[in-house]
Amino acid sequence: MSDEITFVEAVNRTLARAMREDARVIVLGEDVAEGGPYLVTAGLAEEFGRERVRNTPISEGAVCGVAVGAAQSGLRPVVEIMFIDFITLALDQLVNQAAKAHFMSGGQLSVPLVVRTQGGSGQRNGAQHSQSLEAWLTHVPGLKVVMPSGAADAAGLLRSAIADPNPVVFVECKALYFRRERVPDPPEAIPLGRARTLREGRDVTIVALSRLVEDAMQAAERLAADDGIEAEVIDPRTLVPLDLATVASSVRRTGRAIIAHEAVTAGGFGSELAAQLQAAAFDYLEAPIQRVGAPYTPVPVSPPLEDAYRPGAAEIVRAARTALEWGEYDAEPWDHGAIAAS
Amino acid sequence: MINGDTARRLLRTMWRVRCFEERVAQLKRTLVVHGLIHLSIGGEGVAAAVCGQLRDDDAVYSGHRAHGHAIAKGAPVDRVMAELMGRVDGLCQGIGGSMHLVDAEHGFMGATGVVGGNLPLALGTALAHQLAGGDQVSVVFFGDGAVQAGHFYETINLAALWRLPVIFVCENNGFAEFTSRAEHSTIERVNDVVAPYGFERETVNGSDVPAMYEAFARFLSKARAGEGPFLLECLTYRRRGHYEGDQQKYRDAAAEDEWRERDPIARLTAGYFDQDDAAAEIEREAAAEIEAAVRFARDSPFPDPAITAKMVYAT
Repeated sequence: MSDEITFVEAVNRTLARAMREDARVIVLGEDVAEGGPYLVTAGLAEEFGRERVRNTPISEGAVCGVAVGAAQSGLRPVVEIMFIDFITLALDQLVNQAAKAHFMSGGQLSVPLVVRTQGGSGQRNGAQHSQSLEAWLTHVPGLKVVMPSGAADAAGLLRSAIADPNPVVFVECKALYFRRERVPDPPEAIPLGRARTLREGRDVTIVALSRLVEDAMQAAERLAADDGIEAEVIDPRTLVPLDLATVASSVRRTGRAIIAHEAVTAGGFGSELAAQLQAAAFDYLEAPIQRVGAPYTPVPVSPPLEDAYRPGAAEIVRAARTALEWGEYDAEPWDHGAIAAS
Repeated sequence: MINGDTARRLLRTMWRVRCFEERVAQLKRTLVVHGLIHLSIGGEGVAAAVCGQLRDDDAVYSGHRAHGHAIAKGAPVDRVMAELMGRVDGLCQGIGGSMHLVDAEHGFMGATGVVGGNLPLALGTALAHQLAGGDQVSVVFFGDGAVQAGHFYETINLAALWRLPVIFVCENNGFAEFTSRAEHSTIERVNDVVAPYGFERETVNGSDVPAMYEAFARFLSKARAGEGPFLLECLTYRRRGHYEGDQQKYRDAAAEDEWRERDPIARLTAGYFDQDDAAAEIEREAAAEIEAAVRFARDSPFPDPAITAKMVYAT
């Protein structure tokens, strides 16, 4: 059985199912008992009570710390950080405590914690409510980082995240929240660390994260229609652990790779993935790996400015053409997203 | 007043911590123990009075100055020593070190090197206890230096709001690292800092072990009944520097008579062991136990480097 439901509903149903199945699962965060601004936790307090669905003060650091302590004492907390921009306030607890408790204790402690948050631009929310900060988290051994690109993956990956004995940061995308998709009921758990190939193609591999997965599919259709280029589209789904094998084997076949995400290109996860890919597939590459991401600026509010800021299908098409035409003529170097020079 | 048996037990704990730390100070000078080492000499009474009343299923969290708390909570001294030496038989297989001791079996849920970072963790454990319906309590040790950090206020507010069975134990030694409390805050007593939250709190002389024992006992019985939070502020004396190697240019060397006045061991001995060689015997036994711990730790091998990668994620 499957229903066409939104990303928000998929996460909501998965949380409710986890709470029904396991009394150790609790939900805490700002306004969660009221459903939160996007209604992701709507109805949970009514079904499970305010002991297990706990509104918290605006204290991201302490709330994450409470969740870490609760997790290493037998609960399975799911914390909501309302916007990923505010994860900055909880980084001590995530980076210094959650990520290292198992390690520093020589394996005595484990922290089965999920931090749900959402990022991304597109709603004119400006520089402090629109960021994509997932790369920071991938830099910390001990955390796992999940970025679902649709409702079905969100449900399946969240099941696995809640069951995982480690701290998992589950990065949702506000721009995808109200997209509908068929989601199996009950959702099957999708193992962390398994990429999904959405489209097969022989000419170029497009690796896309979160919102950019749909843009990558549109770009692939356009490339096929306009240029006769067959693009393969892969969604890694989880950044840590990373399914490098699936991506690298595709790139060895196509010889060309585009990596697309909404985060600022410089220092983004695409940089790490490009480095790993060139090591894994250097002899097969016909062109430099192209990265598509946001420019090296904060996110502006004004609609035409934000629209220009956001990477999408057009940038992916351009990057793919650059990769395909590499060496045929003196292509203009594409400095999209270059780090600011002094 | 505590009885004679309790006094002997507390004195024994304090001597075990004192001998352990004095030996660690020596071993640090020859780099046999590793990393930043923060000693609690002068403050052993707090660890003894508090942890001496807890069960293994009660949780204790501590900060960077944690050896005494871990030992008083039941961590075996030989394995704590091996941990400081980075050996495989250490509490954390040598991976954690002095600032990150954990002994889950004895409810020592962890020390942290980030000042105040342990505060919300204790709250989380108290929440787990509360939801499970048990009578365990959660205790967190921190210094007065942690009180100026944002997570202190976030945690105190949340603890009061949720009425969790947690006991905050502040060791106010008047110094935050190298700087006196007067330079960090206009509020001298941590007790006064939390006053508006309305929960029970008390300030006691951290050199007076029976007084701390009794004050903590009052909070503990209420916390066992599900009440909380509570704050016990112990005014302690830090005999040594912030860390071993700290030249302490910021303060005068403590006058020996002041130290005699504030040494919790000397005070308890004077009060309970007058003309009694039991105290000297307790000291001798503790010293012998620590020497055995040093031998145990020295004999323990260093861990296989492959362990580092294996320990990052739980499976």
